[in-house]
Amino acid sequence: MEIVETLLPGVGIRYELSTREGRSIGLVVHRDGEVDLFSYAEDDPDEATDTVHLQAEEATALAELMGAPRVTQRFADLSREVPGLVSARLTVEPGSRYDGAVLGDTQARTRTGCSVVAIVRRDDVVTAPGPDASLRGGDVLVAIGGEAGLHELGALLDEPA
Amino acid sequence: MDELARLLVELGALFAGLSVLGLLARSVGLSPIPFYLLAGLAFGDGGLVPLNAAEPFVDVGAEIGVVLLLLTLGLEFSAPELIGSLRRHSSSGLTDLLLNFPPGLVAGLLLGLPWPAAVALGGVTWISSSGIVARLLTDLDRLGNRETPAVLSVLVIEDIAMALFLPVLVVILAGGGPLQALVGVLLALGAVLLVLLAAHRGGHRVGRLLAHDDDELVLLRLMGLTLLVAGFAQGLGASAGVGAFLVGLAVPTSFADRARRLLSPLRDLFASIFFVAFGLSTDPAALWPVLPAAFALAAVTTGTKMGTGWFAAARDGVRRRGRLRAGAALVPRGEFSVVIAGLAVPLAPAIGPVAAAYVLVLAVVGPLLARFVEPVAERLRIVAPLPVPAGAGRVPPRR
Repeated sequence: MEIVETLLPGVGIRYELSTREGRSIGLVVHRDGEVDLFSYAEDDPDEATDTVHLQAEEATALAELMGAPRVTQRFADLSREVPGLVSARLTVEPGSRYDGAVLGDTQARTRTGCSVVAIVRRDDVVTAPGPDASLRGGDVLVAIGGEAGLHELGALLDEPA
Repeated sequence: MDELARLLVELGALFAGLSVLGLLARSVGLSPIPFYLLAGLAFGDGGLVPLNAAEPFVDVGAEIGVVLLLLTLGLEFSAPELIGSLRRHSSSGLTDLLLNFPPGLVAGLLLGLPWPAAVALGGVTWISSSGIVARLLTDLDRLGNRETPAVLSVLVIEDIAMALFLPVLVVILAGGGPLQALVGVLLALGAVLLVLLAAHRGGHRVGRLLAHDDDELVLLRLMGLTLLVAGFAQGLGASAGVGAFLVGLAVPTSFADRARRLLSPLRDLFASIFFVAFGLSTDPAALWPVLPAAFALAAVTTGTKMGTGWFAAARDGVRRRGRLRAGAALVPRGEFSVVIAGLAVPLAPAIGPVAAAYVLVLAVVGPLLARFVEPVAERLRIVAPLPVPAGAGRVPPRR
């Protein structure tokens, strides 16, 4: 199966794929996450017909329906590969003692054995943050470690100032 | 009434009038730009309603409209899209220039405009309206069509070409010679490349400079930066619009979506003022004598744009129907043609009526042509009528 990807300047990306039955279908993913689904006219292979417009959330829902079983399976495969290793998303509570501190202050690795692999602040993601990465209330830390260690880290982040 | 009261009443009436026109444009499925131009023609000297107290505001608002139009154009841009378009379609872009610039230039000289204004008229006939075209492709459900990437690539190349064309135009309109024009284009090219490179390397810093949780602060920072750069560009003898375009380029793509969302209502508001102001600066009485010339120019450049689209789509291996659709989609001229003509009006006021009539015709005819090009072409036997598909109504077999 081949998926042809074409950049649509100013609009987004168009994907096309031919099914084994011989139908060509395509989708245009707009920059804002909206999606147009269409097939090609039988008498004019250049013309998109039967266009269905999906709002971003509808597209997400559809993608989840179509991809969910596979994603679950992948996750299962991942955890099988490394037994005992779990990831968690932990929130820095606003007003906690680490609200305004830096990552190094938590001493997460020495105290809990967990690694913080990313800091998510709204839409921004800081991957592989160093010890001087700043923390703010509401930040979500993506951490990897043992189950017990992650619990400890969660409790640590909730400590009041 | 005191001055302030009159200003507010005039502006209120203006916007209310524009909203009615916009509704009208929407209901017939056309761009509002020609309607706003008509509104401008109707107001002002020699028009139906004089617009005196509001005039200073309209003048400033129009300038801001140009700055915002070009800023949002720069925000649309990403280097990969430009490089991709140039790689596949640089010859289409060149065809576009060679086919569509000369008609305006020649027409300008024939009409007796000074040569710098004739060059401006060449720009007017050259640049398609990316706003109208993008809207058209969406409305007609053609984003998925195979000719669409070619159409969009031509638009991208036109956009960047315009950023180089505007400084040249500003130089020659100010009376500079060919050498100064060359320096102007080199400077513009250097600035565009430098900004693209800087955006690639340090764009996130610009993003950080502008970013804040609060939309209001982001908007103020963005407007502050843009107007400062645009002002300095204007002060240095370049074009304010190009300065704004560069700011738009420098904003990293991750931040550009938010900037576009925040700016687009503001842009729409001030751009409408700009179109009205252009209409205002045009004397309706001067429109009638140039109508035949404008219609002839429109007819010629409809043909040349059809040729451009045909060529560009053919490069992507699109068949005849799609090539016709691509050509028709490129026909509308609009906002940037008016921007270019607006620059030349102080030197040669005669360009105003020609450009206004020209844009009026093509902003209306273009979308109609795009919608009806296929049945028209069938009637003219340019493409064969659609055969009834052999399997029409048949459910394809499942395997």
